[in-house]
Amino acid sequence: MIDQSGDQSRSALIELDRLRIDFGKRTILKELEGRLRGRCIGLLGPNGAGKTTLIHTLLGFYRPHSGTARIFGLDIRTAAREIRTSIGYMPERDAYLAEMTAVHFVRLMGELSGLPREAALERAHEALFYVGLGEARYRKVGTYSLGMKQLVKLAQAIAHGPRLIFLDEPTNGLDPPARKRMLELIREIRDSGRTQIVLSSHLLRDVEECCDEILILKDGRIVANCDLAAERQANRKFVELETRGASADFLTAIDDLVGGEYAQTGPQRFKLIMPEGREVRDLYQIAAEKSVQIRRLNYKRDSLEEIFLKAMEQ
Amino acid sequence: MAVYEHHYKPYTGPLSKAWSRFLVIPRYAYEDLFQLRFFIALYALSFVAPLIFTILIYLHHNVTALAVFQMDVASLIPVNGTFFEIFISLQLALAFLMTVIIGPVLISRDLANNGLPLYLCRPFTRTEYILGKMAVLGLLLSSFTWVPGLLLFLFQGYLAGGGWMIDNWWIGGAILAVCWTQIILLSMLAMAFSAWLKWRTAASAALFAIFIIPTPIGLAIEEIFRTRLGHLFNPGMAIAQLTRHLFRTFGSTEYILSFGESWLVCLGYALVALWMLSRKLRAYEVIS
Repeated sequence: MIDQSGDQSRSALIELDRLRIDFGKRTILKELEGRLRGRCIGLLGPNGAGKTTLIHTLLGFYRPHSGTARIFGLDIRTAAREIRTSIGYMPERDAYLAEMTAVHFVRLMGELSGLPREAALERAHEALFYVGLGEARYRKVGTYSLGMKQLVKLAQAIAHGPRLIFLDEPTNGLDPPARKRMLELIREIRDSGRTQIVLSSHLLRDVEECCDEILILKDGRIVANCDLAAERQANRKFVELETRGASADFLTAIDDLVGGEYAQTGPQRFKLIMPEGREVRDLYQIAAEKSVQIRRLNYKRDSLEEIFLKAMEQ
Repeated sequence: MAVYEHHYKPYTGPLSKAWSRFLVIPRYAYEDLFQLRFFIALYALSFVAPLIFTILIYLHHNVTALAVFQMDVASLIPVNGTFFEIFISLQLALAFLMTVIIGPVLISRDLANNGLPLYLCRPFTRTEYILGKMAVLGLLLSSFTWVPGLLLFLFQGYLAGGGWMIDNWWIGGAILAVCWTQIILLSMLAMAFSAWLKWRTAASAALFAIFIIPTPIGLAIEEIFRTRLGHLFNPGMAIAQLTRHLFRTFGSTEYILSFGESWLVCLGYALVALWMLSRKLRAYEVIS
């Protein structure tokens, strides 16, 4: 298992303590162990890896066969009700009350979470406007399009202002603009600072855009737990460069800049590792001095994919 | 997170009392129900009998009124166990009709689009969910069964005076026991059918069937095998017999089911309904 969860000083949001879930004779989650601390935690894994089962277990839908988990330090076996007061949940599958208007539906869910009647109504309006359904809030949820149903599911998950939100495949079935909007909302909620998110997805890009920590599951086991923010920080040093007119002079200057840590991957393509104290602007400066065009410059962007693929090989 | 601000903000205000949250469900259900004219008409109709029986009790004790009508209401319709049994039977028949209308959609609407996980991911248990759904029928049916029944009982006691109420306390007890037994049984069965049969008409038909079909079957078993055991599967018969036992309108040997047997039948059906509910009311079904 890859364990690079980084910052140990932050208190754990979710602690998995040899958590095991059996459905009949089949073991779905196999003694999971770990501590999740991120502001937005990505749950990754192929279909059937146990992502949704883990979320359902943390929500108290399934009772652990052995072991336990703690959210905010509270045991899911003994303090499920207390935990649920502070969490919101957006299910993967369609989940709504078709006969109700959106505002009625979100208000009901708010009241069941403990909001007083007036506050629930106010928050329902606010949540629907926030997710972009303000104009459609008096329409019955059953008449909504797929994208709108995803948004109303998000609205009911945030209406009561939870401290932790579980989002299970939130971009499922969304067209590109709707997906972009959904990811923006997730990032905005994350950046509000008072709410943490667990985002389950099989789309690496969604997780990469929103999460700062990832937990990768495979066959009911944790195969990787990484602090993505730290990974990103490390990867800032890896640069891919495509040039035009690169000369021996240019290569010598690059060699001096990075202290030999570079490789030529094509006639005009280079991969290099920037040393401490050196910035990308130094590259531009050298290119300008040597009259070389920089046609493309990328930080290494495939870190999550690499982590994922490495994890899947285990 | 104000509407005009478009920013996410956690909620920091006070929370409602945890014990009272199950009452949110009936409140929302009534908001929907009382928008239906048909339902409002039926609900209004359920107060006709209480009005008529109130007038009868009044006439029973009003000498001037009796003189005007030139009839002896007191001997024509005596206010006793039978009087209250008739009233309660009428009201419970309406309660059954209302349950057939409301009951089948109580849970099926939540199950139709996987709404149940949204209830159960909150600080809201399965028991509270069942209690909430039960309260939809319980509060509604109470409003025109035992509540007016007890009011009539108190009205009669007030007008009769002279310790009538102490002598006939069992009538008050019978009103409460019969009504609550039927309300609980009806609610449980309605919820169980609603959970298992998503099609409204099928759930209504099942509710009718469970109270009607066992009667001819019980009679057939009685005729063929010369035994009353066939009636042990008849909840309608059990309620009817229980009502007569509690209102003391039986002769000494004319009952079909004894007091204990009637209770057992009702309890058995309630337990079966509870089992059906516990099988179906889960956030997600687990396929082992």
